Amino acid sequence: MHELSLASAIVDTVERHADGNRVTVISLRVGALRQVVPESLELYVELVGRGTVCEGARVEVELVHARLACCGGEWEPPSFRCPSCGGGGRVVAGDEFLVESLQLEEVEECIART
Amino acid sequence: MHRTYVKVLEDVLDANGTIAAANRADFDRARVTVVNLMSAPGAGKTTLLERSLRGLDVRVGVVEGDVASTLDADRIARLHVPVVQIDTDPGFGGECHLDANMVRSALPSLRLDELDLLVIENVGNLVCPAEFVVGEHHRVMVSSVTEGEDKPLKYPLMFRACELVIVNKADLLPHLHFDLDRYFEHLDAVHPGVRRMLVSATTGDGIDEWRDWLTAVAAREVVPA
Repeated sequence: MHELSLASAIVDTVERHADGNRVTVISLRVGALRQVVPESLELYVELVGRGTVCEGARVEVELVHARLACCGGEWEPPSFRCPSCGGGGRVVAGDEFLVESLQLEEVEECIART
Repeated sequence: MHRTYVKVLEDVLDANGTIAAANRADFDRARVTVVNLMSAPGAGKTTLLERSLRGLDVRVGVVEGDVASTLDADRIARLHVPVVQIDTDPGFGGECHLDANMVRSALPSLRLDELDLLVIENVGNLVCPAEFVVGEHHRVMVSSVTEGEDKPLKYPLMFRACELVIVNKADLLPHLHFDLDRYFEHLDAVHPGVRRMLVSATTGDGIDEWRDWLTAVAAREVVPA
């Protein structure tokens, strides 16, 4: 799925939180249901990040497997149907698409000694 | 130099969500019900609209989304229905889906106060449109029998994102090796119990139920099961 426009959105989000500091690591959490190819996303974030505080940052993608819940049990796709009641399961994992956290390199101000 | 860890926990599509909420507020203020109509290319969205909007007893407008051309908007315009065409190619980079920002750009061209119902015919694509809310109240997809029984299994997000699946081109069933029961099994595996309608936009079969559904959502009634 068009990882380029997603990468732009990620770089925008990161820039807002980086407060001008250089970013060394961008941690993303991507659910398996979100139709995103992690390697492709990493590549595009790298590309889009050039010339911004994200330049050179390592992109880490945590892929979260989909899990559904119903009738006190949990299971994984391809079926979204509850094995007990046959109804629709509730998605408890695999729906996420977050910028989880950042690691920044902050330059300490020089304190003049007298 | 020291390293700082910053917790962000922000959804990547937050910005789109914010604009979608603004669109939704505008729709609610004008009391317009909005339906986001999605499908693979060629499933029959425009033909379905041509068949069902004529003579509908609600004031309806259409937003057409395509990568290029005004062909679809031209077809809808012939029904004397207000229509705006969004082409994603010029100005939006040829996007494969409509997002909230694109839809917002089309709103000034519509008199929302003079509408009860707005149908947004999305770009033909079974993948991306499901990811981008645009401020709609309802998400409906058109699935056609010529696409094969396995489509729900292959595109679970789209089939799960929609509250109604219109199964189109029913008139072609005698000519296809399409197992309708198997298709419904797959549909229920992915979105158990989702509402579905078997129709033919070409012959008109099943269209009354779809028109009744549109009329009910436009009146903001509880849609009968």
